[in-house]
Order: sequence, then C-alpha cells, then structure tokens
Amino acid sequence: MKDFELLLREQTPQVLSALVRHYGHFDLAEEAVQEALLAAAQQWPDQGVPDNPRGWLIRVGSRRLMDLLRSESARRRREENAAQLATPEEFVASGPEIDDLGGQDDTLTLLFLCCHPALSPASQIALTLRAVGGLTTAQIAAAFLVPESTMAQRISRAKRGIKQAGSTFELPPEAERSERMSAVLHVLYLIFNEGYTASSGTALHSAELTSEAIRLVRAVRRLLPDDGEVAGLLALMLLTDARRAARTTSEGALVPLGEQDRSLWNKEAIVEGEALVSDALTHTRIGPYQVQAAIAAVHDTAERAEDTDWRQIVALYDVLEQLVDNPMVKLNHAVAVGMAVGPKEGLAVLEPLESDGRVTEHHRLEAVRAHLLEMAGDAAAARESYLLAARRTTSVPERDYLQSKADRLS
Amino acid sequence: MVPVKYMLMIYSSPESWAGLSAEQRDGLSRAHNELTQELREQGLLVSAAGLADPITSRTVSVRDDATTTTDGPYAEAKEHLAGFYVVECEDIDQAIGYAARMPDAEYLAVEVRPVMETSGLEM
Repeated sequence: MKDFELLLREQTPQVLSALVRHYGHFDLAEEAVQEALLAAAQQWPDQGVPDNPRGWLIRVGSRRLMDLLRSESARRRREENAAQLATPEEFVASGPEIDDLGGQDDTLTLLFLCCHPALSPASQIALTLRAVGGLTTAQIAAAFLVPESTMAQRISRAKRGIKQAGSTFELPPEAERSERMSAVLHVLYLIFNEGYTASSGTALHSAELTSEAIRLVRAVRRLLPDDGEVAGLLALMLLTDARRAARTTSEGALVPLGEQDRSLWNKEAIVEGEALVSDALTHTRIGPYQVQAAIAAVHDTAERAEDTDWRQIVALYDVLEQLVDNPMVKLNHAVAVGMAVGPKEGLAVLEPLESDGRVTEHHRLEAVRAHLLEMAGDAAAARESYLLAARRTTSVPERDYLQSKADRLS
Repeated sequence: MVPVKYMLMIYSSPESWAGLSAEQRDGLSRAHNELTQELREQGLLVSAAGLADPITSRTVSVRDDATTTTDGPYAEAKEHLAGFYVVECEDIDQAIGYAARMPDAEYLAVEVRPVMETSGLEM
C-alpha cells in the first residue's frame, strides 16, 4: 500500500464523521467521502499531498455532498411534486467551510453504526470496510470474490437498513453499549478471518484484509485502552497473523501448526501480542478473545512444536468453554486433550459432539476424529475419517490437506 | 459466519417442460425475474443464467491427446441442468429458501450445493 493510500484510509472515518455531524445524511455523506478519496487518489500523486489533508478531504467531500443533496431534493420534488420540501439551500445553509472536529475521534460511533444489529454480517462487513476502512467498493468486491455491482448493492442496502432502523450518529445508549461492542469486535474478527484463511491464490487481497482488521482494532484500542476484549482481539490477531508466512507452502498448500517452520514466524508481532494479552488478563475482566489470544500465545512462544505446553492449553480451553458455547471450541479442546493426555481421552471429549446438530456433519469434527484415531494407531479408521472430512469440507486447500493425510495412511 | 456461495442448480426434463401450460411457463419467467431482481437488490447475486436445451450440447473428452466430441449431454439421464444461480447466503437454509421459491422445484427439482472456497484454515 502506498503511503498516501494509508493516509487516506486513516482520514476516512474522521472526514466522514465531520460531514455527518455537520450535515446529517449518513448515506449521502458516505458517498461523498468516497468521491473525495477518489479525487485525492487521482490528484495527490501528481500535485503532492496538501498541507492539511483532512481539511482538503472535508472541503471536497462537503462540496460533493451538497451536489448530492441538491440532486436528491430535485429528485424528490419531481417524485412527490411537493413545493413544501426543503430546498437545497436549507440543507446546506451553513456553507461549505466546515471545521474539522478538532481532535474528536468518532471512529467508534461510526463502527457502531456500520455494525448495526439490523444488518446482516455480510452487510456489516462491507459497510465497515468502506465507511471506516476507506476501501473502495471494487476492492471489497475483489476481496470477497463477488461482482462489483453486487457489492455496491449490498452497501447501499446496508445504508438504507441503518436509515430505516432510525439510527442516529450517536453512541448507543449505555445499556446497549457492551452488546453493540461485541458486534463491532465480531465484525472486525470476521474481516481478519476472511483475510487470514485465504490461501496464496488470493494473497494480495487477503493480506490487505488482515492488516486492515488489525489497523481498525488498533484504532478502537486507542479510544478504549482499558477494554480487555479489545486488547484481547488485537493480541489474537497479531499472534495468529504472526504465523502467516509459515502456514502455507509457496503452492498454497496448508501447513499444520506442528509442522510449520517457526523461524518464519513474525517475532515482533508475537512479542507485542503476548504483552497485550498478559496485561489484559492481569488487569481487566476476562473474556473470550483474551483466552483465545492466550492459547495462541502458548503456541507462538514454544520454540519447537514438541515444546508446546499442552496442559496449559487444555486449562485455557476449560476456561473458554465456560465463557462461550461453541462446538468448535470443544473440537480444539479435544485436540489439546489428545496431545496433553492421550488420544483416547481426546476422543472421549468428542463424544458429546456426536449428538450436537451444529457439528455432526461438519468436516472439522471428522478431521479431529481422524487425527486422534491416527495418534491412537488405528490407521484404517483414521483413513476413513480423513476421507470423509475431505469430502465434507468446502475449502480446496483443506480438502487437499485431508486427502494427503488419508493417502499417507494407505 | 462470513457468507458462503451456493450454486442453485435447476433441473428440468422434456416431459416436465412439455407438461407446463402457457400460464405456467409465463409464471416461471416471472418468478425468475422477480427472484433475480430481489437477489440483485439485496446484493446477494453473484451470477445466474438459463441454459439452452441440451439438444445443443457437445460433450468433450480427451483420450491420448485426441479430442472427441459427442452430441448431447454427458449424463444419460432424463433430467438435465436447465439453469443456475450462484448466491451468497448466511447458511444453506437461506439458499434452500430461495430454491423453494423457484417453480422448477415444484415441477422437478432444484439442487443446492456449496461452492468450493480457495481459502482454508490450517489444522
């Protein structure tokens, strides 16, 4: 990413907030900011970055917003043929020169709006990336492998959804704050995951999504430095992304954690992530992101795979299971028990999942079973399970990995 | 969960098609136009198309570097693929919901299957 692109993206939420605070009309203001960003991307490389980039963007964005408001009100007059509707001058009476909000950072308010519970996760993600992240519709569409027109529709629909829900540009009431905060963190987590799981074939876009998610969580953390779950999520992302270079081969094949070349791990990210999570666990209320980050830290700080402190990982999964009811957590718990105690004990942890409708047909249940059966020395049953898991997954690299595990057992 | 792409495969057969009245055929186009429009407005439609009659198909196979083509579809079944949608959904139940709205599901059947992703998690 070029320097001025990062600069533009960092300015996006500030510029948008300034426009919305001044004029309202979140949907049109968002449109106007995108056009200001585009104008900057075209003009700055040749003409140089202006002395006050934010002021420049706000000025260009306001002008564009007034154009949009004028055509909007003209359209409405035509449609409703009603003279009593507000004239554009009323909309824009305060003129184009509006102030930057002098240090007030509304990123959080914007995130709450984009991750509004009335929207589907797909819409929350798309709108967050555009309105807060400053990505273009084309970039978001490419990252999610859908046509640009589809993504454009999704974003305008999301904006309509917010309007219909009657949401205003204010922080949610205190009583809803923590639930709404979970939704924001979940969306950032999904953006990260989407980038992280992508294999080398789409590496260009995927690396951008993970770094974008990390950048946004850092922005939230600057505003909420005492929130343990924000710190936990940032730590989890850093500790997971630290393994990026080692998790796939140059051909895009998956390398399991135990076989990764740990010299490729990003030490700096591991140090930062570990410090963040230990600090959060000591000073704030415990939460699921912190515990997941702590588990990632145990993996990341083991010099060799065989040095991994599996007993501590089992203990952390015990804690995590108290906090969240998620069968995927139980699956990972079973793997950890298999490593810390033995495969039979691990298989026993899987048992309750056999009747859990959320995972009975999930490929990961079968993959974990296969792994534990292989550890237990039951090659024939392990092979069957690997083959079934390979058929059930909808991911090409996962299928290839599981198939190769089965092949090795025949 | 991040949305998954599903392919909705519409099956037809000469018999089921021949059995439709003119109103039913009109209704079929109307239902697909409406559904396509709705999916497009929701920002969920990745792609959709109807396929020409299998009488126009050529099936291609290569053996020992020699290419042969035969007329007609590969599968020797009475039913054939008549069209498809690729739609992003939260889960398979949402995709099943769209499939159930197609009159084709009433006349023959619509198959719903996830599209493979190029991404994956290390195990």
